[in-house]
Amino acid sequence: MNAAVESISFFEQLWLNIQPAVQANTLTFWEYLYKEIYLNVIQGNRWLQYLKGLGITLEVSFFAILVGLALGTILAILRLPQVQNINCKGKGFWANLGAVCVKALSKFAGLYINIMRGTPLLLQVLIINFGIFGSIRMDKVIIGVIACGLNSAAYVAEIVRGGIMSVEKGQTEAGRSLGLSSLRTMIYIILPQAAKSALPSMCNEFISLIKETSILSYIALTELTKAGDYIRSRTFSAFTPYIVSGLLYLIVVLTLTWLIGKLERRLRNSDH
Amino acid sequence: MTTDIIISVRGLEKHFDEGKLKALQGIDCDIKRGEVVVVIGPSGSGKSTFLRCLNLLEQPSAGTITVDGADITDPRTNINKHREKMGMVFQHFNLFPHMTILKNMTLAPMKLLKKSKADAEAKAMALLQRVGLADRANAYPSQLSGGQKQRIAIVRALCMEPQVMLFDEPTSALDPEMVGEVLDVMKQLAEDGMTMVVVTHEMGFAREVADRVLFVDEGRIIEEGTPAQIFENPQQPRTQDFLRKVL
Ligand SMILES: Nc1ncnc2c1ncn2[C@@H]1O[C@H](COP(=O)(O)OP(=O)(O)OP(=O)(O)O)[C@@H](O)[C@H]1O
Ligand SMILES: [Mg+2]
Repeated sequence: MNAAVESISFFEQLWLNIQPAVQANTLTFWEYLYKEIYLNVIQGNRWLQYLKGLGITLEVSFFAILVGLALGTILAILRLPQVQNINCKGKGFWANLGAVCVKALSKFAGLYINIMRGTPLLLQVLIINFGIFGSIRMDKVIIGVIACGLNSAAYVAEIVRGGIMSVEKGQTEAGRSLGLSSLRTMIYIILPQAAKSALPSMCNEFISLIKETSILSYIALTELTKAGDYIRSRTFSAFTPYIVSGLLYLIVVLTLTWLIGKLERRLRNSDH
Repeated sequence: MTTDIIISVRGLEKHFDEGKLKALQGIDCDIKRGEVVVVIGPSGSGKSTFLRCLNLLEQPSAGTITVDGADITDPRTNINKHREKMGMVFQHFNLFPHMTILKNMTLAPMKLLKKSKADAEAKAMALLQRVGLADRANAYPSQLSGGQKQRIAIVRALCMEPQVMLFDEPTSALDPEMVGEVLDVMKQLAEDGMTMVVVTHEMGFAREVADRVLFVDEGRIIEEGTPAQIFENPQQPRTQDFLRKVL
């Protein structure tokens, strides 16, 4: 408690010391830098607002990645050639009905991927916010998760599909010849190998997603970018809050890159 | 006598590329329980296709295949149940690279035969012991030689306690010095009374182990008989021609 009070008073003191120069507009570079940091980070505990924004960015990103992974994997499987050409002739009414449904879903998945990849994320966010949830009160975090997750799923689908197609055909045949169903073969044999080869592209996708959540500032979600924006409107700094926000994004992305790099090395070393 | 027959193939045809390529053009054959049938023939003659039709890795275009009394070409048969009874060994091993040897061998028995982990592992270890690879149980496939991989592939299939084993050129991808160890395992299996259908270019194995040899060319069985009949006294010019080239 004491230490905190003292440290604050230290910053305060420094601030008071440069006041004459601030008034006279004769700041040295270092004094100017301190002024910007003091106003945009220290004063009024503003750093807490960045951290809150960062927390929301991480929260939205995390759940959007989960939504994207789950939906994207399903979309990827629906787009596989063997699913697109599924054939249940002669296996009875229900099997045929199932095949027709799966084919329709596969077509839909293709359409979905094209639309999501072919239109700007910002438009998708605005449409989901004002169109779909326009009349319903809904937490902006949830809207953000839905919008970013649905968008990411389209990209994840293509990454996962590429990963699945990179697994040798013999793996499927070995699984099936043991009697495993196509679903079990997919889950236990193909997807784990697909995940490994898709990991680098997947890492890229996660990084993009984290940064793209900044678009959610358009629907007034106070994530990291919006937090900086808000502070800027209070301190009238030209761009310092954006630099602070940017540094925080950078830290997150670099940490993630490092973690996934470690995971990749571990997978490669145990190379199977 | 009929219960003696485990696989019965009638008029089997398989067409590729919308009928333009007739890989099998009417195969008829019966395989008895415990019989070792070796399929030989030139490249592209349809040997693999025939084998793969037996466990429906290829869907036959025409004809019927009856296994253990059930017509597997009927769309309503449960393909997965059927395949549990038919082990298959591939030219390129197709071990699961992300799993240990033990996991390779216990996955299917645990999921399909509902065996407990302990039971499945006990069975797997016993089989590994038999092929002399018990000490590699926790290794990954990439850490094994080709011959070891193929021996693992064989016992992986055996873990499902199949009634028939299908082999598609099991030694063709191996360095010459490793062929013997794999053939030894197959001989052992034959002696234990397993029903086997083997596509191979190893004529020595065919001579020694086969009960019957089928010579296939252009999607048809041209000639069949005991190894002695086929190798010592082939009747068909095409068989004679083929054997002259390979022996
Ligand atoms: N999936 C496929 N699609 C199209 N054609 C195929 C396919 N599989 C096999 N074929 C063709 O069918 C014919 C028989 O092939 P198959 O693989 O059964 O021959 P094989 O006797 O096993 O030859 P090899 O000794 O070279 O393995 C060949 O002409 C081959 O090109
Ligand atoms: Mg072949």
